[in-house]
Amino acid sequence: MKTLSDRIALMGASGLDVVAALGRSGVFLFHALLGRSNFGSGWNLFVKQLYAVGVLSLAIIIVSGLFIGMVLALQGYNILSTYGSEQAVGQMVALTLLRELGPVVTALLFAGRAGSALTAEIGLMKATEQLSGLEMIGVDPLKYVIAPRLWAGFVSMPLLAMIFCVVGIWGGAMVAVDWLGVYAGSYWSNMQNSVEFGSDIINGLIKAVAFAFVVTWIAVFQGYDCEPTSEGISRATTRTVVYASLAVLGLDFILTALMF
Amino acid sequence: MRTRTLELTVGLFILVGILALLVLALRVSGLSISPGNDTYKIHAHFDNIAGLTPRAKVTMAGVTIGQVTAIEFDKSRYTARVEMAIDGNVNTLPSDSAASILTAGLLGEKYVGISVGGEDSMLKDGDRIVDTQSALVLEELIGRFLLSTVSKED
Repeated sequence: MKTLSDRIALMGASGLDVVAALGRSGVFLFHALLGRSNFGSGWNLFVKQLYAVGVLSLAIIIVSGLFIGMVLALQGYNILSTYGSEQAVGQMVALTLLRELGPVVTALLFAGRAGSALTAEIGLMKATEQLSGLEMIGVDPLKYVIAPRLWAGFVSMPLLAMIFCVVGIWGGAMVAVDWLGVYAGSYWSNMQNSVEFGSDIINGLIKAVAFAFVVTWIAVFQGYDCEPTSEGISRATTRTVVYASLAVLGLDFILTALMF
Repeated sequence: MRTRTLELTVGLFILVGILALLVLALRVSGLSISPGNDTYKIHAHFDNIAGLTPRAKVTMAGVTIGQVTAIEFDKSRYTARVEMAIDGNVNTLPSDSAASILTAGLLGEKYVGISVGGEDSMLKDGDRIVDTQSALVLEELIGRFLLSTVSKED
């Protein structure tokens, strides 16, 4: 039977744990990104990670972008045609994708597809003591293992978000113009009239960069900080997906409130 | 050889990503590569703009020749001052041309239509279009219609 003071002490301890984890992740990020980086071999590592994190995520991003654009056009058409303004379907699809769905869905998929893989890989490296081995032979694992993965995530996710938007808008055009018979000229010209480069596309890109930062940071840190057992790795992978998704959704609300 | 194909795919991926941004910029937002290529500004005062927004089209004979750049309230005249940037190629607008606020379709977007005048002198940068016609406000129109039917019955 726990007394009340025990419970309070437990709460305080878990609170301190959270703050300590936050501090560890901050120091970890600082050390991985700043300080001397070894270009040359570092560049090759970066390219390899860009392939693993970015190129291999292309398929899921393109397929989901296509279907989300198509569904948006279909739903938008059904509602807008009640008001006789189905020409506006282009601007609806484009604005929804550029402002919200493009960055957010890309970040969620990225967390599931690439983030979990990063966590599991680094966690397993830690469990099999490869990270300590690197340290033993005088190679900093933060520089050799962590930094290329972080940078690959930062670079590839905004690119994936842009590809997602383009594919989605194209999918929307396919449904609205080719299937439902919205006039192609009004689909594109309404879109061009309402979408502004600075406030819509650049803000969407800023969102994607922010999400890339958060998702990759969480994924890599969870891997690096996990308990070096098979159970610990599985828990860290779960935590990556859950924390990253929640962080993306919360951050999206804040960024939207600030931007639009 | 393995690293070579790896580098090629990654390079292709980055290219596609940047291309996507370019497509969004040019095709979706309609950004022109050289923005602000010689336009000149004219302005007009309207009694009621009723939903005209910046970036709205300025058309003549149905063809877009410019866009609305700024709308502000002129407190000395109690009218709306609408500033428009007209394409530099279209430099032969007579100075007594008329501007009116029109609607594309029944519920569509508002735009400015310019109808040609007969004066010999042309509009220059900073000039004002004097002859304006306000936006058609549907409520006013219905109100007037109701009033006329009521007075007919009397």
